[in-house]
Amino acid sequence: MVAGAPVKKYITANEAVAQAARLARVDVVAAYPITPQTSIVEKIAKYIADGEMDADYIKVESEHSALTACMGVRMAGARAFTSTSSQGLEYMHEMLAYAAGGRYPLVLVNVCRSVALPWSIWGDQQDAIQQRDTGWIQIFTETGQEALDMVLQAYRIAEDHRVLLPVMICLDSFIQSHTEELVQVPDQKAVDSFLPRYDPVVTLDVDDPYSISVGGFGKHYARWREEQQAAAEKSVEVIVEVGDEFARIFGRHYGGLIEEYRCDGAEAVLVAMGAFTGTAREVVDEMRDEGKNVGLVKVRAFRPFPVEPLRKVVSSVKAAAVLDRDCSWGYEGALATDLKAALYGMPDPPTILNFIGGLGGADVPPERMKYMLEKALAADRGATPHLEFIDR
Amino acid sequence: MKLKDVAKEEFYRASYGCAGCAAVLMVRLTIKALGKNSVYVVPANCISTVSCYYPQAPFFVPFTVMAFAATASALSGISAGFRRRGREDIHVVGLSGDGGTADIGIQALSGAIDCGNKFIYICYDNEAYMNTGIQRSGLTPYGATTSTTPSPCFENRPKKDMLRIVAAHDIPYAATACTSYPLDYMEKVVKASQVNGPTYIHVLAPCPTGWGFPPDETIEIGRMAVESGVWHLTEFENGEFRTTYTPKRQRPVSEYLAAQARFRHLSPEQIAAIQKEIDAARD
Amino acid sequence: MKKEKSIPGPVQKAGTIPTRMGSWSTAKPVLKGKCTFCLFCWIFCPEGAIGQDETNRKVTFNFEDCKGCGICVRECPTKAIEMVEPEEGE
Repeated sequence: MVAGAPVKKYITANEAVAQAARLARVDVVAAYPITPQTSIVEKIAKYIADGEMDADYIKVESEHSALTACMGVRMAGARAFTSTSSQGLEYMHEMLAYAAGGRYPLVLVNVCRSVALPWSIWGDQQDAIQQRDTGWIQIFTETGQEALDMVLQAYRIAEDHRVLLPVMICLDSFIQSHTEELVQVPDQKAVDSFLPRYDPVVTLDVDDPYSISVGGFGKHYARWREEQQAAAEKSVEVIVEVGDEFARIFGRHYGGLIEEYRCDGAEAVLVAMGAFTGTAREVVDEMRDEGKNVGLVKVRAFRPFPVEPLRKVVSSVKAAAVLDRDCSWGYEGALATDLKAALYGMPDPPTILNFIGGLGGADVPPERMKYMLEKALAADRGATPHLEFIDR
Repeated sequence: MKLKDVAKEEFYRASYGCAGCAAVLMVRLTIKALGKNSVYVVPANCISTVSCYYPQAPFFVPFTVMAFAATASALSGISAGFRRRGREDIHVVGLSGDGGTADIGIQALSGAIDCGNKFIYICYDNEAYMNTGIQRSGLTPYGATTSTTPSPCFENRPKKDMLRIVAAHDIPYAATACTSYPLDYMEKVVKASQVNGPTYIHVLAPCPTGWGFPPDETIEIGRMAVESGVWHLTEFENGEFRTTYTPKRQRPVSEYLAAQARFRHLSPEQIAAIQKEIDAARD
Repeated sequence: MKKEKSIPGPVQKAGTIPTRMGSWSTAKPVLKGKCTFCLFCWIFCPEGAIGQDETNRKVTFNFEDCKGCGICVRECPTKAIEMVEPEEGE
């Protein structure tokens, strides 16, 4: 089977995601519109209407129903796709926990947007991060290409019998979702060689009936949760494996759970997730040209949290500036907290400076990133906790 | 359908349901009517609670628990999934309570009928949130005491008319039934299973624990409901409503109300008012 | 036949019944009168604890699953069934 060459298209990340859903041979799409996810489902609807995509589109009346319908599709043994943002993700919250605890290999694309109140249709990462304890694998992407590629990888990761957990692929609102970039849309045959047909472990099977997604008390409940945790921990390995295999077939590798950019010999690093890492690369290059030893740690997998890779790269730096497009109100940014926890117990850990920025659609321009890195370079080792809002 | 033709195989056994539970009877009858080629989605309600706790698995056919608000959307998804896999022969059935249908589940039900996938949505109506301790629901009848409308209060709103609500969605087929009339109910279930679209059946399921009557009277109470005009056995098909059973005798509603502890507080004037309303609806 | 598979998550094989409910009631239904095999008690038993003996044209009672609700006694048109407490020492 010879795969054809990819097609280069100048498209938004949302359209790239729609292409991925088509290529993943999704059977059913159940999604509810919300800015800025809407163009994903509009594009999918168009592909279906034009006969380019062979899938059913269920016109659900809410996001809660969208995710439930997707679970139903999985229970029937078929492949489902959904997408949402912000308020929609929150409305689905109950079902996010259902999907993860019930071990449903769903794939959801979240276009990260602020959560009300205050009301905002613009981007930050509060919505996805707020859901981190539901048990979903969460991977943040930087570009349209990465979004497309990760949706394909997400099905492989989720459906892997060692994992069987739902996967959330995160995009950033507008600067990623609505920005056109050059994207290589792979050939269907190449995708088929990477992503086989869905092979479920258990479904609503009248020939071999099971009670699925049931309940239990005490020790039964605890056993299922331990299994779930074990699967989440195992997914670390699977995410890397799938990324490696993807690179072999399609020639693009994203570094695994994190990507280290120019961290060799870095005294300070910027730690961030999502589209802003694109800007951060340029800032790192500029500052390196000025002779400053800085680097970028792009965190891709937020859950499972990449403890080992982070310990490895961050242990040798003096300070890390963590950019959180979110905050756990009353404490600090989630990425900063999780990073500190990951470094716990290390002798002489780096200083962590937590910057809260890019909220409600605010841009974090290169000057602000420089500011963060300069502060990190100047920080004393073992400095006291730091939280700073940087949006102006 | 005749009694002797009803399948003898039992597909639902050893649930933790109360003795004399009409909902348990409803499940038993439903699966007998549809056979092995059926799958069941049950949200939070009595039936899921008495059927879902590991290691007991009283359903002998595929069954899944679903979130309270979500029965109908799960049915949509399963139906679409089966269609994609060429298994439209499998009956996709929801067994939702009155709360899960008329209150928290009504939005999903509305959306699912609109989506138009093939499923059978069965609402078994014991007229309160029985599973969690007899709290009132949108289908609690006027006059009933519940734990959230406790004496000296009582429910002061009438039942939501679910049949008319689903009919207003142009649903292809809907019906009302009662566990005391098992053949009528099972015929409706079979009829619904033959429709290539969403269908809805609303079954009155008297609850000894919640309504306050001895467990051996479950069938009799349902009969009284129909014979006194409190409940009707009807169908909605091709845009028209039709009665499927006219009771051979009419009973005063006072008998029905007196038989249940939840209505015993009603004064003769209140009972007369209820009777008046029933008589007016008849004419 | 599918081989036994390990299924993660809250799943149980359909029809697994480690616990029977017969102990809920000591009183059990017994045919004292003439059964006309009308099958009313059979259709109305919520538990499916009544069986059909077609050879002898009468119903049978499964005491392991009977919760003792008494619906069968109530609905029998010929009043042929009685709820009976067990004898001393049974």
